[in-house]
Amino acid sequence: MSVKSEDFRPVIVAFCCNWCSYAGADLAGSSRLAYPADVKIIRVPCSCRVNPMFILRAFEKGADGVILCGCHPGDCHYSTGNYYARRRMTMLFSMLDFIGVENGRTRVEWVSAAEGVKFSETMNSFVAKIRSLGPNVRLGDLRCKN
Amino acid sequence: MQELILRAKELLESGEVVRVLGWRKGEHVYDPEPAFFNSAEALKEFVYNGFCGANLSKYMIEASKLEGKTLVFLKPCDTYSFNQLLAEHRVDREKAYIIGVGCKGKLKIENIKADGILDVEGAGYPDCSEMLTVKTLYGDVQVSYKDAMLERCHVCKGKAHKIYDEQIGESADTLDADRFAEVERIEKMSPEEKFAFFQNELSKCIRCNACRNVCPACSCRKCVFDSTKFDSAQKANATSFEEKMFHIIRAFHVAGRCTDCGECSRVCPQGIPLHLFNRKFIKDINNLYGEYQAGTDVDAKAPLVSFTQEDAEPSIVAERG
Amino acid sequence: MQRIGVFVCHCGSNIAATVDVEKVAQMALQEQGVVHAEDYPYMCSEAGQSRIAAAIKEKGLTGIVVCSCSPRMHEATFRKCAENAGINPYMVEIANIREHCSWIHKDMTEATEKAVILMRAAVAKVHLNAPLQAGESTVTKRALVIGGGIAGIQTAIDIADAGYKVDIVEKTPSIGGRMSQLDKTFPTLDCSACILTPKMVEAASHENITIHTYSEVEKVAGFVGNFTVDIRKKARYVDIMKCTGCGVCQEKCPSKKTPNEFNRGLNLRSAIYTPFAQAIPNVPVIDTEACIKFKTGKCGVCQKVCQAGAIDYTQQDEIITEKYGAIVVATGFDTIKLDKYGEYAYGQSKDVITSLELERVMNAAGPTKGHLERLSDGRHPKEIVFIQCVGSRCSDDRGKPYCSKICCMYTAKHAMLIRDKYPDVNVTVFYIDVRTPGKNFDEFYRRAVEEYGVNYIKGQVGKVLPQADGSLLVQGVDLLDQKQIVKKADMVVLATAIEPNPDVRKIATMLTASIDTNNFLTEAHPKLRPVESPTAGVFLSGVCQGPKDIPETVAQAGAAAVKVIGLLAKDKLKTNPCTAQADELMCNGCSQCANVCPYGAISYETKLINDHGIREDRRVAVVNSALCQGCGACTVTCPSGAMDLKGFSNRQILAEVDAICR
Repeated sequence: MSVKSEDFRPVIVAFCCNWCSYAGADLAGSSRLAYPADVKIIRVPCSCRVNPMFILRAFEKGADGVILCGCHPGDCHYSTGNYYARRRMTMLFSMLDFIGVENGRTRVEWVSAAEGVKFSETMNSFVAKIRSLGPNVRLGDLRCKN
Repeated sequence: MQELILRAKELLESGEVVRVLGWRKGEHVYDPEPAFFNSAEALKEFVYNGFCGANLSKYMIEASKLEGKTLVFLKPCDTYSFNQLLAEHRVDREKAYIIGVGCKGKLKIENIKADGILDVEGAGYPDCSEMLTVKTLYGDVQVSYKDAMLERCHVCKGKAHKIYDEQIGESADTLDADRFAEVERIEKMSPEEKFAFFQNELSKCIRCNACRNVCPACSCRKCVFDSTKFDSAQKANATSFEEKMFHIIRAFHVAGRCTDCGECSRVCPQGIPLHLFNRKFIKDINNLYGEYQAGTDVDAKAPLVSFTQEDAEPSIVAERG
Repeated sequence: MQRIGVFVCHCGSNIAATVDVEKVAQMALQEQGVVHAEDYPYMCSEAGQSRIAAAIKEKGLTGIVVCSCSPRMHEATFRKCAENAGINPYMVEIANIREHCSWIHKDMTEATEKAVILMRAAVAKVHLNAPLQAGESTVTKRALVIGGGIAGIQTAIDIADAGYKVDIVEKTPSIGGRMSQLDKTFPTLDCSACILTPKMVEAASHENITIHTYSEVEKVAGFVGNFTVDIRKKARYVDIMKCTGCGVCQEKCPSKKTPNEFNRGLNLRSAIYTPFAQAIPNVPVIDTEACIKFKTGKCGVCQKVCQAGAIDYTQQDEIITEKYGAIVVATGFDTIKLDKYGEYAYGQSKDVITSLELERVMNAAGPTKGHLERLSDGRHPKEIVFIQCVGSRCSDDRGKPYCSKICCMYTAKHAMLIRDKYPDVNVTVFYIDVRTPGKNFDEFYRRAVEEYGVNYIKGQVGKVLPQADGSLLVQGVDLLDQKQIVKKADMVVLATAIEPNPDVRKIATMLTASIDTNNFLTEAHPKLRPVESPTAGVFLSGVCQGPKDIPETVAQAGAAAVKVIGLLAKDKLKTNPCTAQADELMCNGCSQCANVCPYGAISYETKLINDHGIREDRRVAVVNSALCQGCGACTVTCPSGAMDLKGFSNRQILAEVDAICR
């Protein structure tokens, strides 16, 4: 399957913690800081609520990129949640890299409630990255492809 | 082996234990299976030889629920698993009488490339020989003990029992390979090569769940893959991604808890090197969060339920290339 | 099967201008379980809400999706609306099609497509919503104020006057804060100490206020209504009950070589000291770094001269643990360090000082007893140059991007005071802009220019060069006259940027209160909830939230107090029902979840479990829903998925994922 990068509209899931990044996304919105409509946000209480299964499931169902945003380390609303998320995601991303999934398809970014600009910039750069990688085939249905 | 049987009989007769958890003779010399022995009489079926690779610690979960103590034979590497289960409150130390049994490396019948195998001589314990004599329908074949060993024995964690009530038998040093060499070889591949490698391996998976059933860390009462709570309980694979999902998540769930006992790869009927997933995580944990061997210390906090403020960011995966 | 109603808000034109709201409503009707969909100009209005209520009753709705602004805005509104109409408030989900859609996308087709997907995700989630009941928790009727400056004092007095107990924890030996260091205040020019000390005394003598000076917050646990705080009371080595505050010890102390912090290091103090004359409590502390007794074991003069026998070298730090219902952060500010601003010669010449140092120089209790003199040679200056925005409104990383807000006014004050007292002194002010929004502020500034002849020059100073004769050569630019200016000055005063007290980061972490990139604490809403932190039960008072002058600080301190009083007046609080819950049949009892719980909310019980007919004693996790705050760390740690989070369950999130990726 070859899709020209300018025609390619990726499906991107962004998990955002309620306290920092979701609020940062709200601020990006109220400040009219645009980013592509390809990004769809799912609100979670904390970055530590994001189960690796959610991320793999998104890929399985057709996502081209998944990004997780949480409070900056040290600023977690629940004190320690993002520290656990950081280890878990490091492990998961490392495993995806190990099995040959392009490592740009997943990202973790810490965005505070005050960082509307960072939220918008992060999404712009992530979408650009996913567009450059093209559609996700490696994590989709691979049967009968050998 | 007779020493083990004698000691087991003594402990049964004294009432110290009410059952014995060990290995029973199979149909062939090379397929002994884990078994409970409830009497001295039953122990005539007991066997301990080079083919007794099976890690018995997981059976102690059920044995811990039974009345009375169970005598369990644990090889050095099995004791890590027992400790890990102890740390997770899955086994009851009071219900176990542990004999740390010596080990001179365990064999994998698939490594003996011969047809019509009738018997394998030289695989006994404590007496084993450097060369195995494989009796086949077509004559005898000589195979070196070392070449027939399980992969995990070449990267043996050591011959010390981490937990035991008494120890019987000598062990031999079998370590002769780098535990992470294969992981490193794959890490050096291009994404396309890595993908092709795992695509090839995982496409063999038939989701028989043998890896899950044998794994001491995979001891959930109800597996998430059988649970309606994740909508992931399909029996047939809806997409081929299912295998990857299954194996990645399985490795993730045991990350920081896996002792690298290698049972998953030993039992896989399709010969998928499943231990590579676990080793990859162990290698990353060692590199990023400090050396950690699950099951060494019952009180240690597992790496994925702890953190430091200075931990690496997930972007390290992309940065290290 | 749920019966779901979807309500699409136009938000005037905020949403409707970029999202085809009618189409979103139409598309909603194609979703499974959606039995009603409509769009309306303002869903949050009373009319909008009554449409929702009517639909709930007429169509027998069991779940609601509102496609509108952020749930952080109106989730509570719509939940209440649903509850009033007879369905559980947690059967409401919001699709954020304003902040996350209409406001950031321009193309109507694209924005509408996205809005439809967000609507679908919310519908998919609401299918799996279950009614949730909020629990109740008690409220400890006592407040903690961290910081004993004017903000903390005012907040404490207001709370105490309402009849609630308040503790102030102040790091330094006395309350009073920055305001106690100021000489006069703008725009009235009244004496700072004269208006502050009565407040300090009022706080100290108030029956409902307990002051812990020379103390720091060590640990905070708990949650709104039920905080448990460890306070470290540092050893003063002076018995606070015995000391009469006579001051003889300070007089006789042989170690007098420590820079006086209160005077910004412009003179020296003794090892045993009270920071200033009006200190409360008027009880000194021993600085063990400077004290000869502590350093060498010999001396003990203070103990010998103390008539009251109050000196106790064996005193130890003491940790006290108190319970509070609410916590107010009033940690204030400091001026930034100027080591990156070598061009102004601060640190090279003693006659280049900060404005806060000038406050001490002008103050009768200061290092020069209030005489305006050069700190290098004690000469009376004839030419003084003020440089504005030193480190404020700075685009590089040497300074701060924000306006420090108070500098324009205090510089006008300084200029005016100097010109008033010493008409022979010429005062020049280099500024970028003069910002005077505030009651009587511009009038004040104009007086400085028009009545007192202060010379304002629009332009920045490039360099201050100390000269061999002891004078300072100021090189600047006059932007209005388009010319270079080289001016000889006897003193240069830098309007140094202010920044939050550096300790605030540590405190914010303990309180799990969020903080911005400049270390100012974030408010729950920048316009509508300016004195509350997003963390329930934590309130903000004074400059810790953003630069403020004294009247603003006092106003905010009062507002924070009102919020605290409103909280403490309640006997019970509704707790967040979105807490974790373990499925006993699936729980392995492995304790992994308890390892990651930041609240100690998970314990284990051995219970008789009936698992499809198998009855056995099992070790299972039990969540204390009063302690659980619903982060979800445990849910991911649990390999079997036995632990789940109400309101954000595994299936709900997966349903959202599926809806987005479909």
